[in-house]
Amino acid sequence: MQTLMIPEIGHYALIIALLMALVQGVMPLAGAATRRPLWMAYARPMATGQFLFLAIAYACLTASYLLDDFSVANVANNSNSMLPWYYKASAVWGNHEGSVLLWSLILAAWSFAVSRFSRELPRDMLARVMGVMGLVSVGFLAFVLITSNPFERLLPNVPQDGADLNPLLQDFGLIVHPPMLYMGYVGFSVVFAFAIAALLGGRLDAAWTRWARPWTNIAWAFLTVGIALGSWWAYYELGWGGWWFWDPVENASLLPWLAGTALIHSLAVTEKRGSFKSWTVLLAIMTFSLSLMGTFLVRSGVLTSVHAFANDPSRGLFILVLLGITVGLSLLLFALRAPRVSHQVGFSWLSRDALLLINNILLVIMTVTVLLGTVYPLLLDALNLGKISVGPPYFNALFVPLTVVLCLFMGLGPLARWKHTPARDLFRRSWLAGLAALVIGAVAPLLYRGEWNLKVSLGVAVALWIVLPMARDLWAKSRHSAGRLAGLRRLSLAYWGMILGHLGIAVTIIGVTVVSNYAIERNVRMGVGDSVAVAGYTFTMTELANRRGPNYLADAAEIEVRRGDSRRSFTMTPEKRLYIARGMPMTQVALRPGLFRDLYVAMGEDLEDGSWAMRIQYKPFVRWLWLGALLMAAGGVLAVADRRYRRTVTARDPERAMAPPREATT
Amino acid sequence: MKRRLLLLLPLVGFLVLGAFLYMGLSINPFDRDSALMAREFPAFELTTLEDPERVVDASLLEGEVTLVNVWGEWCPTCKQEMPQLLDLAERGVRLVGVDYKDTREKGREFLAEFGNPFEVNIFDPEGSLGFDLGVYGAPETFLVDREGIIRYHHTGYIRPEDVRETILPEVERWR
Amino acid sequence: MALITRLLLCLLLWLPALGQAAVEVREFDDPVTEQRYRDLTATLRCPKCENQAIGDSDSPIAGDMRERVYLQLQDGRSDKEILDFMVNRFGDYVLYNPRLEGRTLLLWGLPAGLVLLGAVVVVFMVRVRRRTSARDLSAEERARLDALIKRERTE
Repeated sequence: MQTLMIPEIGHYALIIALLMALVQGVMPLAGAATRRPLWMAYARPMATGQFLFLAIAYACLTASYLLDDFSVANVANNSNSMLPWYYKASAVWGNHEGSVLLWSLILAAWSFAVSRFSRELPRDMLARVMGVMGLVSVGFLAFVLITSNPFERLLPNVPQDGADLNPLLQDFGLIVHPPMLYMGYVGFSVVFAFAIAALLGGRLDAAWTRWARPWTNIAWAFLTVGIALGSWWAYYELGWGGWWFWDPVENASLLPWLAGTALIHSLAVTEKRGSFKSWTVLLAIMTFSLSLMGTFLVRSGVLTSVHAFANDPSRGLFILVLLGITVGLSLLLFALRAPRVSHQVGFSWLSRDALLLINNILLVIMTVTVLLGTVYPLLLDALNLGKISVGPPYFNALFVPLTVVLCLFMGLGPLARWKHTPARDLFRRSWLAGLAALVIGAVAPLLYRGEWNLKVSLGVAVALWIVLPMARDLWAKSRHSAGRLAGLRRLSLAYWGMILGHLGIAVTIIGVTVVSNYAIERNVRMGVGDSVAVAGYTFTMTELANRRGPNYLADAAEIEVRRGDSRRSFTMTPEKRLYIARGMPMTQVALRPGLFRDLYVAMGEDLEDGSWAMRIQYKPFVRWLWLGALLMAAGGVLAVADRRYRRTVTARDPERAMAPPREATT
Repeated sequence: MKRRLLLLLPLVGFLVLGAFLYMGLSINPFDRDSALMAREFPAFELTTLEDPERVVDASLLEGEVTLVNVWGEWCPTCKQEMPQLLDLAERGVRLVGVDYKDTREKGREFLAEFGNPFEVNIFDPEGSLGFDLGVYGAPETFLVDREGIIRYHHTGYIRPEDVRETILPEVERWR
Repeated sequence: MALITRLLLCLLLWLPALGQAAVEVREFDDPVTEQRYRDLTATLRCPKCENQAIGDSDSPIAGDMRERVYLQLQDGRSDKEILDFMVNRFGDYVLYNPRLEGRTLLLWGLPAGLVLLGAVVVVFMVRVRRRTSARDLSAEERARLDALIKRERTE
């Protein structure tokens, strides 16, 4: 059998990739330090080769899954011959070993992309960037090979069939959520590498920020989508309709997102105004460090939670050492090389600079708060002060007010100019929007539910306070002699990106506000023929049946749903499944999604008199949560498409790009 | 110089966090002390597994150091730790069982099959005593001293080495 | 080897039944009590599961705890009494909203402290920067700036 060699080929390719990463990590950095172009020239081919061999390794593992090669331990533990092929392919990253391999592959892909699309970078800058990424890659590939080899064999006792993929993971969410999330996590390695390269080269002018901005935006957009997908997945898969649990694993993805959000704003300040230089470097290091720490928290099982499917202290130690080396060295380098005297660029209270400063400080406070809440139980435990839990009530109590404050400043951001905006101008541009936000916010709950609700008013007002001033600004800016459309077209894509991103936040805020305050949940006993009314809909159980899926048995209920007295009805079919290979029961929720409301039906227990406990939920505006995230991500990508990033920096303005490090000499 | 020190702050913060994360690696999140430690054994009034007519209460545990083991026929780990409990009984430790969320019939079958190290078994079909003890899954084991105060708590499976290394010394300590 | 298998088995037993909605049909006298029940079951952590509120968990102990919460609400007990009742049996671990006490001072205090510190930093920085920008340009500087702006525009 030829197929039997596949895992060995994969393993071999992985080793070659590690060696190439090692060369990529060492030679260009040494070359940049000693000014040897030949050594620096290793960067590109090594990045290409490393990507290629990792792709081969990854393809080999996927092939083992698709071919049901249960002699591979990883396949035997996480797959099953009955599993549909698309779950076999995504089961590769539904476990520890495979997901770290995917992590490394994505890192190599980013590294490869940087080497392709940064031809106009100064040679030594590129060499340093590639070198740093190569070193990070060395760490992770060593981690895979030493502690988490996915190609390990179960010989000679090959199991007849695999243990199956955890049924919880047998879902579309598994196919899309982890790759997106990892693209985000790992994507921040690029801006990190740029920041380290700038520190190493002593070239801490604004140039590196211009090169790093598009990469950062794209990584941030991926992470945004990844988090949204995770939230959406938990919402329909876990069966109780929550969309954010403040679980350590969720927090681990939120932390780099918050720091990354601060970073894309501070990059803007540094690029445009040349200020906040050290701060931006620090944020770049922080963002990627938090990505690494997220990986550590999930992979080590230090903070066990719903998601952590790979807990192993020895692996945890390896990642911790890796984390310590990467972050420790970077921060040490930062402390030694960051400019001692900051370059003073003036701005007043009423300026975009000041507003972005406040934005950054608030986002960092939010990051620290989430981090503190996440690791606090661990802190106390390590100090032998007992076991406590920090959960949703804590995070909501702190995160919500901080967000509100952030949004208050956010409304003004797009209106303010750099350096200084006359108070009269700012007031003229915002008073109407502010008033409208307050008034509409105040009456919105009355109109929607006929009852006043402070939280809803606040949420709506805050969202409008973000949107309305922007709308006014858009209106004012699109004035053009050739008509509005021409005016709108004239606006830069970067501007549109900002508009979309902020709009996304507003949409998400509306979603959070409405669904948290107006969701309805009913737990009812239902048999065939019973009906129950929830939020103006009538749910009638018409049938109970047994079904058989490819690898599970299920009890299914047919629920006919009718809105009010409407003649039209539709059917929802929740299931209670039993997955055969693991003997594990699962709730399969029936969802009827809509832009303004979701209907959500889950089956509970069989009450053994022909009726079942059913949970029926009405979730207004829940889709807005994820819609907002998509808008934010679109904004991030759109800003990258802006013309000025497509022009080559060095060709246009070589002096600026190659300028000697001003700060290092002072 | 002052600014240089300021720039070192992130590194210091990270090192502190890293130290905690390192300590966290050796922490078992399931290893939690009972909330009842150093408190009186909760009051109860239940019948025994052996005799449905005999009602016992917390005074059952007074006067002698006793190991209270919460078990159930439905719990596979309980079966595995029976040899260790029999060993403890043989060494002269007084054991009292709590048959937790079980039926009389199954509980008796269990003891007939795996041996009975217990002086007496408190029958707790509703799990009310278990709840007051803060039991969230069998097996769990409590050491109660002469005055009826809980002195030691073990969650989950008792390994043979646990008997030698922790449980026997604890029993000696409170005798 | 046998020991490892045994430990593994032991660990497996501890895993929560995930993806299983806990659905119970309960009757409440009024919507306020129902909301209190929902809030309490969302803020109490299941002691057996990895990280789930008792309202979300399908494990037997979470069911027992929900039952107690329900019964005590029917008895007219206050939220605090119910939470104390649970803490007395399962420890502070079951509170998702940690109490403010000596060991949680930092948890609650640090964010507040950071907000204050942040405000101070903003005020300080803007005042320094404002001075930089407020300084009037000399005639010579003004002329140079004008020339620069002109060049920028024509480019």
